[in-house]
Amino acid sequence: MKHIRLTRYRKWRNVFHQSWMMIALLAMLFIPLVLVAGLIMKSMLLLENHPLFELLFSSDWSPLSSRFGFLPFIVSSLWITILSLLISAPVCLLTAIHLTQYAKRWVLRIMHPVIDILAGIPSVIFGVWGILVIVPFISHQLGPLFGKSVSGYSILAGAFVLSIMIIPFMLNMLIDIIKAVPNELQEASLSLGASKWQTIKFVVVRKALPGIVSSFGLGMSRAFGETIAVLMVVGNVTRIPTGVFQPGYPLPALIANNYGEMLSIPLYDSALMLAALILFLVVLMFNVFSRFLILKAETH
Amino acid sequence: MNNKISIHNLCLSIDRQPILKNVSLNIPTNKITVILGPSGCGKTTLLKSLNRLTDLIPGVQQSGEIMLDGVNILNGNQDLVDIRQKMGLLAQRPYPLPMNIYKNITYGLRISGRRNRQFLDKRVEHYLKMVNLWDEVKDRLKDPASALSIGQQQRLCLARGLAVDPEIILADEPTSSLDPISSKLIEEKFLELKSQYTIVLVTHILRQARRMADYVVFMYLGEVIEQGTPDELFNNPQHPVTKSYLSGQFY
Repeated sequence: MKHIRLTRYRKWRNVFHQSWMMIALLAMLFIPLVLVAGLIMKSMLLLENHPLFELLFSSDWSPLSSRFGFLPFIVSSLWITILSLLISAPVCLLTAIHLTQYAKRWVLRIMHPVIDILAGIPSVIFGVWGILVIVPFISHQLGPLFGKSVSGYSILAGAFVLSIMIIPFMLNMLIDIIKAVPNELQEASLSLGASKWQTIKFVVVRKALPGIVSSFGLGMSRAFGETIAVLMVVGNVTRIPTGVFQPGYPLPALIANNYGEMLSIPLYDSALMLAALILFLVVLMFNVFSRFLILKAETH
Repeated sequence: MNNKISIHNLCLSIDRQPILKNVSLNIPTNKITVILGPSGCGKTTLLKSLNRLTDLIPGVQQSGEIMLDGVNILNGNQDLVDIRQKMGLLAQRPYPLPMNIYKNITYGLRISGRRNRQFLDKRVEHYLKMVNLWDEVKDRLKDPASALSIGQQQRLCLARGLAVDPEIILADEPTSSLDPISSKLIEEKFLELKSQYTIVLVTHILRQARRMADYVVFMYLGEVIEQGTPDELFNNPQHPVTKSYLSGQFY
């Protein structure tokens, strides 16, 4: 009798535990959906009043006279993201190759926690560092070098700060990806008379290429959404930037700077929601594309 | 008997853990030398030390001599590329390079600067025919090598190794991941190839050793226990460990 009760109790306990884990999972899946639905609902107001094409490709941003052209923000975001990737990608790739192929084992053992710590530094600290170091450097050294008199608050400053921030993030992935290339493959290449560098170039990097590209993609989606550090150094001027020394105004900064300020204007409120939606969709796209590449690489 | 390679007192340790202990042996020219022994006895390490792939192992220490054509290759000033091009390696599992079939065969040639298209085409056909793979792949040379079956991949790897014109073939349990028919193909190929190449075959399959060997080396726990002709070793083993291994008391 006692035994049966215990068994039943155990069974219910099991069901209970399974179900709350299920609920946690569903909640986790549910929240982004609610988020997107909310953004779509809120931005409907603007989309009903203005054609989407005009919103995306007009550069006229004057919310008070209800003209909402997102182009300056989208272009700024793309500039900064691509530039930061151009700076960080080669550094990351070469560092990862060095750490996995050339460095002594203890170097990699030390570097792993160091990279994790770098990845954990709050972004506002990078922002402050950008204001204290990068902005004056661009204003006093780099700008004059190219014959320009600039304030330093620029696309380039944003890209610099951002690249430093995404380096540890991408580096961790790249190390794992390159380490996953089988040793035997390198042995095969070496035993055919290839030098170490030829082996890395033709075999290791080639084999890891889908993973490398997708880690860059994930780094890009990270960079695209980064807000505070970029906002602090990028200048926040609503104009399509035509050069890297000019200030820009990326999408996340637009939302962070203005949300909560002018909610009395419903269209403005709606416009910021649309900005958030665009941001979300672009980052989602980067992510899906990168995951797709990883998946393709794994099935091959 | 002419010796292609002779090893004197080779000791190898990884992180101070001895893997090879005082190994001395001779590898005769144009014969199949079989290195036999249970798993973990150091066969693969010995094989890889011949073309200095052991250099890649972190924490490795080597001493002794490996004389290749009278030159000690453990000597620091030896050109590794030269040494390695003299030996083709066939691993336990095929590892096709991440490129197409054609490029897999021509890889070794291209990195040493041979780029003449006609020359490369001829080499590809020649070596693929040599391993009986030509008819199966001649219409899809541009397909990724990973699309081939495991048995085909292993023959591709053999052809790839032969294409750089080595003098020695190092084979590390080359049939262990293959089906019986593919295994038979590889074995037959080896018996054909031994007139032109010196072959070192690592195996733990006793019957394969009996079928293939001209000279047998039996290893146990990092030491060479016994070596000799197949007749001496299989029919009249001297050492008690060899006797019990041959009678199937351990693997």
